[in-house]
Amino acid sequence: MRVLVAMSGGVDSSVAAARLVAAGHEVTGATLKLWGGESDSGCCSVSDVDDARRVADALGVDHHTFAYGDEFAADVIAPYVAAHAAGATPNPCMACNRSIKFGALLERADRLGFAAVATGHHARVVTGDDGRRRVGRGADGAKDQSYVLAGLDHERLGRVLFPVGDSSKDAVRAEAAALGLRTAGKPDSQDVCFITRADGRARFLGRRLPLTPGRVVDTAGAVVGHVDAVETVTVGQRRGLGLPGGGAPRYAVAVDTATATVVVGGEVDLHATTQPVTALGWAADPITGPLTVQASAHGVPRPGRIVADGVGGGAGEIRWDAPERRVAPGQAVVAYQGDAVVAWATATATATPVRPVEPR
Amino acid sequence: MRPEAVEAMLPFLAQHHGNPSGAHAAARHARRALDDARDAVAALVGCRPGEVVFTSGGTEADVTALGGVVAARPGGLVVGAIEHHAVLDGARAAARLGSEVTTIGVDGAGHLDLAALEQHLAAAAAGTAPMPVVAAVALANNEVGTIQPLDALADLLAAHAPDAVLHSDVVQAAAWLDLPTLAARAHLLALSAHKLGGPKGVGALIVRSGTAVRPLLVGGGQEQGRRSGTPNVAGIVGFGAAARLVADQREATATRVAALRDRLAAGLLAALAPIAPGVRETVVPAGSDRRHVLPGHLHLCLPGVAADEVLFLLDQAGVAASAASSCASGATEASHVLVGLDIPPDVARGSLRLTLGWSTTEADVDRALAAVPAAVARVVGAAAPAPIAVPGGSR
Repeated sequence: MRVLVAMSGGVDSSVAAARLVAAGHEVTGATLKLWGGESDSGCCSVSDVDDARRVADALGVDHHTFAYGDEFAADVIAPYVAAHAAGATPNPCMACNRSIKFGALLERADRLGFAAVATGHHARVVTGDDGRRRVGRGADGAKDQSYVLAGLDHERLGRVLFPVGDSSKDAVRAEAAALGLRTAGKPDSQDVCFITRADGRARFLGRRLPLTPGRVVDTAGAVVGHVDAVETVTVGQRRGLGLPGGGAPRYAVAVDTATATVVVGGEVDLHATTQPVTALGWAADPITGPLTVQASAHGVPRPGRIVADGVGGGAGEIRWDAPERRVAPGQAVVAYQGDAVVAWATATATATPVRPVEPR
Repeated sequence: MRPEAVEAMLPFLAQHHGNPSGAHAAARHARRALDDARDAVAALVGCRPGEVVFTSGGTEADVTALGGVVAARPGGLVVGAIEHHAVLDGARAAARLGSEVTTIGVDGAGHLDLAALEQHLAAAAAGTAPMPVVAAVALANNEVGTIQPLDALADLLAAHAPDAVLHSDVVQAAAWLDLPTLAARAHLLALSAHKLGGPKGVGALIVRSGTAVRPLLVGGGQEQGRRSGTPNVAGIVGFGAAARLVADQREATATRVAALRDRLAAGLLAALAPIAPGVRETVVPAGSDRRHVLPGHLHLCLPGVAADEVLFLLDQAGVAASAASSCASGATEASHVLVGLDIPPDVARGSLRLTLGWSTTEADVDRALAAVPAAVARVVGAAAPAPIAVPGGSR
């Protein structure tokens, strides 16, 4: 069949393309130009486009570059900045997957006559007993990217291929080397593609937002420190809060940009038995039974259940089997049954813990 | 490339690789070839051979012209809003020496706003704006093909800024227009061989005598000290061969290609109207003729149509078109030319640039007439239109 392979210039998508060619598909490569600014590792620099094109040349397939800069700015960067302005910690990779790679690109592929879009993600498409497709974990547990792909529904997953999802990263690299692909030894991409290590998140946001200096208070309300920008503080953060060293570790447990206040507390304050969420979506029918829920790309899945609030609008909460760390508002929570993604949602703020000063 | 240019180059790649700066027989052979090419380019342009400075292409010629004039005599720069990036960025680079760049806009047909230019020059004469030492306006725009009246521009400069130099990028125009007449009053001209059917990587800056231009590339003093570096003899020979052919065939080619372009335009506008409502020629108002546009240019705006998707499908159908100038990574970006023409961004995303050349045939036009509407129909999700009989087809 005709397949459009999104080639980032990395080793995974290179091997994905190679495997599709070997399987006899009619393959075309495309590199998405998403971000015009600085990038350490992303898929947008000229040299990455060059790598993708040279791999396509080596495989004997056509390669195109698609400009999605406007869409990326509107659907990924703008929500990212707005979320930080509201004290939330967004997940831009997930927004990019949903709106660009498996949104605009998938629609374009359809118009251009392609049966499927393939990427180098370490994930699988699994079909349940109910006949519904779900995102499944990649075979390489350490490289699994099912979390950032959560939200892809049955219909879209029918037009998506993950050719390296069954392989370990080592096997992918070995295959690239055996095929003589120039990307075989390329380092893995890291973190958010549009924020460079040299620049950092605070400076990136500082050019797009007025950053607000704020107070750091403990759970009893006493001021214990100051931060330069409350917009860059994430729930669960331990460093950079201006707190004196020594003693038990303290964490940001709540961020309120309206009052420019960060609340810090100990390990116990960081934990909660429930986690409110919004934008709750299900891969198939809702599941009331036990699931495992993951709150970051490579986080440990924790046992819990999902309870919708019954009012609709996608609000609900995660009820943890045992108290778990609070999830920063804006972060995605992804629920699995076994290795299959069954639900996804966005964390919202938990009630700020307030403890009275203990009587002496 | 024109086969004659390839043929002319081959001996200078294989056997005659003498450096023209040397004093031996091989050097003299190369020197003679260089001088023959210089004569050919001079004849095409209507200048003296000694006024031809060979460069690595149009970009080097533009950047040398702007930087070189300002380096020789500090002052302001004036550029048109839809100039090639080599001119816009060349002017910006030159301005780092302490000058100021003034950009003059264009109207909907792509013609320079002469009233705005006159206003600026009058302000400069009155001392309220920087007095320009150089004004740069292409004889014909590379993207939409609009031809500028250089004489009118030269009149304005002569009246208000008599010491200013007129530089014109004629890279796009040289294959089509009568340079000895239309570019006679420009002091500096930039040319590129590949637009004439010659090789890429070679071009020329024409420096009319009496024009002060400091060299950009310094060193061995080649090209009378105006462009150092060992000359690309084979490339220059190919340039000369192409220039000779253009000088001989230009008028006939322009007439023939303009007719092909007109047939393509009429056919496409008719076929696209039902599937891409609002389709129009970018710089040709409805009912107007196309005498102000290069014969090989057809630039269309298809509002709401994703041009990059159309290009993808055209490429698969064997038709090479473009949406805007390409950037280094190959993705098409919104063009500053369309911005300069005041085309809204959503319409600019639907721009399609089809160019015809000396080698374009009736059959090529037929192929485009079939492929373009089919591609647009696919992208907008409409049924492919039935082929429309176009008068003058190749049957």
